[in-house]
Amino acid sequence: MNMEEMIDKYFRPGRLPHIWCPGCGNGIVTGCIVKAVAKLDLPKDNVAVVSGIGCSSRASGYLDFNTVHSAHGRALPVATGVKLADPNLNVIVVTGDGDATAIGGNHLIHAARRNIDMTVVLYNNSIYGMTGGQYSPLTPEHAKAATAPYGTIERSFDIAELVKAAGATFVARATTFHAPMLADLIAQGIEHKGFSLIEAVTACPISFGRQNKMGGPADMIKWQRDHALPLAAFEKLSEEQKAGKFPIGVLYKAEGVKEYTEAYDELIAAAQGGK
Amino acid sequence: MSKILLLQGNQAVVEGAIAAGVKFFGGYPITPSTEVAESLAEKLPKVGGKFIQMEDEIASMGAIIGASLTGKKVMTATSGPGFSLKQELIGYACMAEIPLVIVNVQRVGPSTGQPTSPSQGDIMQARWGTHGDHWLIALTPASVPECFDLTLRAYALSEKYRVPVILLMDEVIGHMREKIELPDNYDEIPQAERKLPTCPPEEFKAYATDESLVPAMPPFGSGYRWHVTGLVHDETGFPKGTPAATLAATNRQHDKLYNNLDDIVEVENYEMDDAEYAIVAFGGAARAAYEAVDMARAKGMKVGLVRPITIWPFAEKQMKALAGKVKHIMVHELNYGQYVLEVERAVAGKVPVTLFAKYDNEPASPAEVFAKMEEAFK
Repeated sequence: MNMEEMIDKYFRPGRLPHIWCPGCGNGIVTGCIVKAVAKLDLPKDNVAVVSGIGCSSRASGYLDFNTVHSAHGRALPVATGVKLADPNLNVIVVTGDGDATAIGGNHLIHAARRNIDMTVVLYNNSIYGMTGGQYSPLTPEHAKAATAPYGTIERSFDIAELVKAAGATFVARATTFHAPMLADLIAQGIEHKGFSLIEAVTACPISFGRQNKMGGPADMIKWQRDHALPLAAFEKLSEEQKAGKFPIGVLYKAEGVKEYTEAYDELIAAAQGGK
Repeated sequence: MSKILLLQGNQAVVEGAIAAGVKFFGGYPITPSTEVAESLAEKLPKVGGKFIQMEDEIASMGAIIGASLTGKKVMTATSGPGFSLKQELIGYACMAEIPLVIVNVQRVGPSTGQPTSPSQGDIMQARWGTHGDHWLIALTPASVPECFDLTLRAYALSEKYRVPVILLMDEVIGHMREKIELPDNYDEIPQAERKLPTCPPEEFKAYATDESLVPAMPPFGSGYRWHVTGLVHDETGFPKGTPAATLAATNRQHDKLYNNLDDIVEVENYEMDDAEYAIVAFGGAARAAYEAVDMARAKGMKVGLVRPITIWPFAEKQMKALAGKVKHIMVHELNYGQYVLEVERAVAGKVPVTLFAKYDNEPASPAEVFAKMEEAFK
């Protein structure tokens, strides 16, 4: 299936063009989600996309699935309700760096802890784009932002480490430069029965890029190319060489961890059997 | 066949939930509602339902919203501090028209307040806790059997009107134990069903309505793919913020309830036929009021009780009619004065309205209520 065919099949007719800025990477990431769904040939009626609030979270409205554009930071609990109530649905969560790790941080660690079967695509542009470029917990220390005119004085999270420690059983990262890898990682995440999180490093040239003098959209994609390394190569670097770079690919995968909805079905069977 | 039980109000709510066909509860422990969660943790799996203790009150609301979208009847239970946390998503449920029931067993507030003492201090919050112009339903039981009945009614209304319903209890009712007769078997109890589309998926518009003004709500996964958002939207369900779309959406959400007040608003009249004076009381406070009315009648005072069962929408028609019938109205509530503001507004000065506000952690005794009535109505 080529991109035109995928758009016809998986995007809602009449809802494009989207609202994202020229040069925004969100379209690439959303296209990768669609490629993953197409690759796995998931029935559209069986897919639920739950998003929060922010530029990335607008993706849900464009996609022809069962979609929820929920509240800021609350995509994960809503997705938890959808999945637990109907485990037959394939639940994909679309969220951003602010949505997922600031206001939504608590829900992120608990969804990971439960190992509930859903695939979280975290569009990380290191900024709050929709509201005009304020910093997020994934904005690099010292970067400029609308609420950090002197540069942030806060360290940022390493989201992969965070969710791994919280209990996620599939953790991956790619960038919009590495779009084919990103699509493949999302497909792997969907296939993985458990809590999967794929961080999609994407560029916001209008807010983050402009305030931090990163050039235009193409420059920011080249930045991704120059700072991302496959995990195996990254691990071979010295500490000094690692500075400013980040690993991509499958970063962590655990097999054999009980998935939440499956555990609950067993609980029901036990409760009813013991009657 | 039926059985007689001695149940706590909270337990009667749980029985009502099971009888109503609730299959999903997401909640968090908070006094004095925790029994609802604990009991459903045990009972829901037995009927093939799901219980989840979420990480906080906000997540609980999120989870029940998600579960409701899959077609399940859902419940959460909380008290003041948790009710405060839930407000944003309550507004979401109003805007996206998601059926669900929130049990709020009120305790003394604000803030941590008095977790184990009764209050009716969330009356206005139930109406206006979330931001923006919005409308919802709140019901208040005054007995343990009524907890069961009103839980069923909460689902009937929530599913019919696609609106959040708050079961606004107080700690008196939630924690007291009283005799209740329950059917042995809930299979005979009629189940509330939300409206399903009659057109094929290609023609379906998620928020298009007929004269009922309530959109059909196909469950996720049923072949109808639709978009749910808290943004102002038009009949397609997609965001539309034009003045015309905003006006139409707001008016429809109001009218879908307010065109049906005769169906939604319930008030009980006790000894009101020949009453010249009335006491207005609800929930735990109504129990003392019944007896105070009996005491007044024994002394030859023509007093009756008007007991709102539906707190919101406000019983406008009933209160206006009351002002045309009696010489004086006394409102008794377990707070500093909240429901009285609506009564005063509706009465518009036609007759005097006196407030007996009890806000010292304890309900009033019948003797206290009677004394206040005597003073007010002389």
